[in-house]
Amino acid sequence: MSGRRIRQRAPWQLVALGSIGAAVFVLPLVGLITRTPWSRLGELVASDVVVDALKLSLLTSVLAAFISLLLGVPLAWVLARINFPGRHIVRAIVTLPMVLPPVVGGAALLFALGRRGVIGEPINDATGFLLPFSVWGVVVANVFVAMPFLVVTVEGALRNLDGRHEAAAATLGASRLTVFRRITLPMISPSLRAGLVLAWARALGEFGATVTFAGNLQGRTQTLPLAVFVALEQDRDTAVAISLVLVAVSLAVLLLLRDRWWSHGSTS
Amino acid sequence: MVAWVNVMSSAGMTGLDTHLVVERPDGFVLDLAITIAPGETLALLGPNGAGKSTTVEALAGLTPLDGGHIVLTNRVLDRPATNIFVPPEERGIGVVFQDYLLFDHLSVLENVMFGPVSLGEAKPQARQLAEDLLERLGIRALGDRKPLHLSGGQAQRVALARALASKPDLLLLDEALAALDVTTRGTLRRVLAQHLAAFAGPRLLITHDPTDAFLLADRIAIVEDGRLTQVGSAEDIRRRPATPYVAALAGTNLLAGVNRGGVLTLDDHHHGLQTADTSVEGPVLITVHPTAIALHKQQPSGSPRNTWETTVASVEPLGDTTRITLANPLPLGVDITPGATAALDLQPGSAVWASVKATEISVAPAAARDS
Repeated sequence: MSGRRIRQRAPWQLVALGSIGAAVFVLPLVGLITRTPWSRLGELVASDVVVDALKLSLLTSVLAAFISLLLGVPLAWVLARINFPGRHIVRAIVTLPMVLPPVVGGAALLFALGRRGVIGEPINDATGFLLPFSVWGVVVANVFVAMPFLVVTVEGALRNLDGRHEAAAATLGASRLTVFRRITLPMISPSLRAGLVLAWARALGEFGATVTFAGNLQGRTQTLPLAVFVALEQDRDTAVAISLVLVAVSLAVLLLLRDRWWSHGSTS
Repeated sequence: MVAWVNVMSSAGMTGLDTHLVVERPDGFVLDLAITIAPGETLALLGPNGAGKSTTVEALAGLTPLDGGHIVLTNRVLDRPATNIFVPPEERGIGVVFQDYLLFDHLSVLENVMFGPVSLGEAKPQARQLAEDLLERLGIRALGDRKPLHLSGGQAQRVALARALASKPDLLLLDEALAALDVTTRGTLRRVLAQHLAAFAGPRLLITHDPTDAFLLADRIAIVEDGRLTQVGSAEDIRRRPATPYVAALAGTNLLAGVNRGGVLTLDDHHHGLQTADTSVEGPVLITVHPTAIALHKQQPSGSPRNTWETTVASVEPLGDTTRITLANPLPLGVDITPGATAALDLQPGSAVWASVKATEISVAPAAARDS
């Protein structure tokens, strides 16, 4: 490895500022670990509240990531490839949840899909189905905040894609959908994976929109972040334990995917 | 050749009939009419920016026409006047792109199978077809490789196999040899000549290299600034260049002969030449650039190994240079400055000595054009 030689040549100013930058992320983790009640950890983590929240968080975040993929990729394609009037307005609205406080998003979802919502009311009247305060409500809230990350990533990749390979595929007789499926998607696969991971990560950490739109019912809509918030008020040790679980799950997934997925596309 | 028939498409009797009119946003206007008979290779030869890429895009359906028409095997592919536009995937035009545009995420075999599978062929049949094509192009062994691990010459063959696999009605080669190094070009030109000959439909070779055009095409169309300036056989174009660009191209002296250890025996002329290139033995095509020939009043002394006495057949001003055509024994074109023409007092009938360095005489394997 040539790491040592590069470090010797690196300007110390960059190294110093970079180290402070890294500290911003490392220190809170250290704080969390030093505050951890290691002796009671097993018991705390195994409690019903934590296990329910973990299961729910994993289920809803994975579901949200895949729904984001299913709907977000076509949306990104439309935004990148079809020149329709008002395209940047649509793009701004799609990316709004990245900027908007999630609580506002949750409230907006409630006004649209809630019991008295524009769409929620007729659906509830017709079928009796109610989205808010259900597991599906959590998923919808997660998709709302997470999908923009996937759309932005994939749209960028589609815009940067040199369309000539797609043109070549068309001259060989491939329909547009075949070109999309067999040429476009494989060519942007590094960005697809990155977008999927970003969306999943955002969904896992989602708090504001979930608590507003889906509520905070243990076993039904109480995800890990919500459980941490509740526990902070009542039992600090539990809060720390749940936080540690979140950190462990996230870190494990990021490390695993980084080796398997990200290194190929981003370095070449 | 016979074995090829089953994978070749059968083009209709009319071949390609097209009049391309494209107005680009930057103000460039392409306006050219071309017809190519089935089994005929037309080279579209022109400098950079002449409209060659636009021609490819228009034919392939990647750029719609603003006027004119494209009719291939009696099928109208584009005619703005009647509002007909057939999308690229339904045109049946096989394109070998300049940089090949192979699909890097697919293996070589999958690349070649892509067309037939997209057109609805069952996988086993498509695989068989692809393997046959790779076999015939001598690259069957590369089937499992990814395109990133191919040399330029190999990638070019894969691109050709991929285009042929869709059984096109027209084969369009866009600067098919431009990305290759000089030694590979010679070999690939020969491979290409064979496979062009085996393709039954019309073939269009887009190139900026007169050597490709002269060696591979039956007929050459010159495009300059979006318009055709001359169409004819290589011989027509060399004999009667219509524009300075064509004249400069045509000036590339092309001779046929046999190379034996650097000693060239010419087919049509009773004069020998020596070349420094001994890598290609046997029947060769010999090119001598018109600026590589020096003219002298007296017999020159010194290094040039090819020196002969001759007379001037004609003197024509050609832009910044003067084109001198020499009489027998070697009717070669020579480009010299007007100043040198005056200094040597060259006029038709003047006696001169001509000399060329052996290193300035390039040879290429005689392509099996007509075999």
